[in-house]
Amino acid sequence: MRSIDVREVTGQVARMVVEANIGLPRDVFAALRKARENEDNPSGREILGQLLENARLAREMNLPLCQDTGLAVFFVEMGQECRLRGDLYQAINDGVSQGYAQGYLRKSVCNPLSRKNTGDNTPASIHLDLVPGDRLKIRFMPKGGGSENMSGLAMLTPSHGLEGVKEFVLQRVAVAGPNPCPPGIIGIGIGGSFDQAPLLAKKALFRSLDDIHQDQEVRDLEAELFESVNSLGIGPMGMGGKTPCLGLKIETAPCHIASLPVAVNIQCHAARHKEVSL
Amino acid sequence: MSQEIKLSTPFQEEDVLKLRTGDKVLLSGRIYAARDAAHKRLLQDLDQGMEAPFNLQGAVLYYVGPTPAPPGRVIGSAGPTTSSRMDAYTPRMHVLGIKATIGKGRRSEEVRRVLREQKAVYLGATGGAGALLSRCITGSRVLAYQDLDTEAIRELEVQDFPLLVVNDAYGGELYATARL
Repeated sequence: MRSIDVREVTGQVARMVVEANIGLPRDVFAALRKARENEDNPSGREILGQLLENARLAREMNLPLCQDTGLAVFFVEMGQECRLRGDLYQAINDGVSQGYAQGYLRKSVCNPLSRKNTGDNTPASIHLDLVPGDRLKIRFMPKGGGSENMSGLAMLTPSHGLEGVKEFVLQRVAVAGPNPCPPGIIGIGIGGSFDQAPLLAKKALFRSLDDIHQDQEVRDLEAELFESVNSLGIGPMGMGGKTPCLGLKIETAPCHIASLPVAVNIQCHAARHKEVSL
Repeated sequence: MSQEIKLSTPFQEEDVLKLRTGDKVLLSGRIYAARDAAHKRLLQDLDQGMEAPFNLQGAVLYYVGPTPAPPGRVIGSAGPTTSSRMDAYTPRMHVLGIKATIGKGRRSEEVRRVLREQKAVYLGATGGAGALLSRCITGSRVLAYQDLDTEAIRELEVQDFPLLVVNDAYGGELYATARL
């Protein structure tokens, strides 16, 4: 059985939280560039230009792309044939604590009642899945509060059907308008239970923008909703125009015969993520 | 027609009155960083009869919680946060003398009404352009509530800070979907 010392996890996490906050992923940069080429609204085009320049400057100045360096969200896939020496949750949190300090990242986590800041951006939100194999895959996303606040869940019922799902998604994106720093990415979770749908929506945000869903039905729905969301005319930072989002991704899971949960998780244009496989 | 206007702080009423929704503003001078926790505490302190840590008359507030300044820089990444979270406090801030706020996203109907009544403006900065905007900040010092860390009240020195007038003092609205 393969064995991994969790100290290695801490080191990798400390490194990836900093890198993710400074470097905009290539697919997102390309999507922003394409959006600027296609945007007719002059204000919108100027804003997209600022975002591309911001991404370039962040790398050059070694500064975070955005001051909101997020709540640290992790999706960890652990191979069943991998044995860990040490406490994985502690190791990830230690990596977050070290990385956020060393990388001059903002500490944005507080007690929900007293609002007292925890001081080191921990605890992270860690989702752990057991998978076949002997690898340990760690995916990280710093999730900003502004776009997270614009997200939502609806416990629809079967009579609402697919139309109800589409209506809810459009309503969420329209209500969010300029607030979540568009053009971002819309993650959608359909099905599962009250707890699963938002998790599916968040997982969808980890997919690369050029990733194609295996299920044709999901693929078609993604294309249709992407089109509808575009027609809302929100534009970059809500200035109007045809670039409200860079991508729309859907994940589904079977649900109860009485239910149709749908969750929309909105991601700003600073769609940062990093992945490491140990 | 929208225009590009250079302005310095503090604002006089005539500065505000020449701004129209859609105008570009390049702002220079001192502005004050305050977000959720600082607003709440500042208003509580004023209720207790304490003095504000800076002169509110004509002042410009920036809704920002910057990242820590790395060595050799005055500030880290420093873009705007979502303004609507401050809507609950904003009408009172304008009555106290604040002439402009800077953030991102839409404001409530009540805030827009108070902007007309108090002759004040709401300015938008590009959200998520924190590295770019930090280059226009040439000075930063904490004025109050150091314990709030990133949420402390800071005095920032800005030079040609790029903004757009979102809501002017005449009821103008920049966002395409403001009424949804």
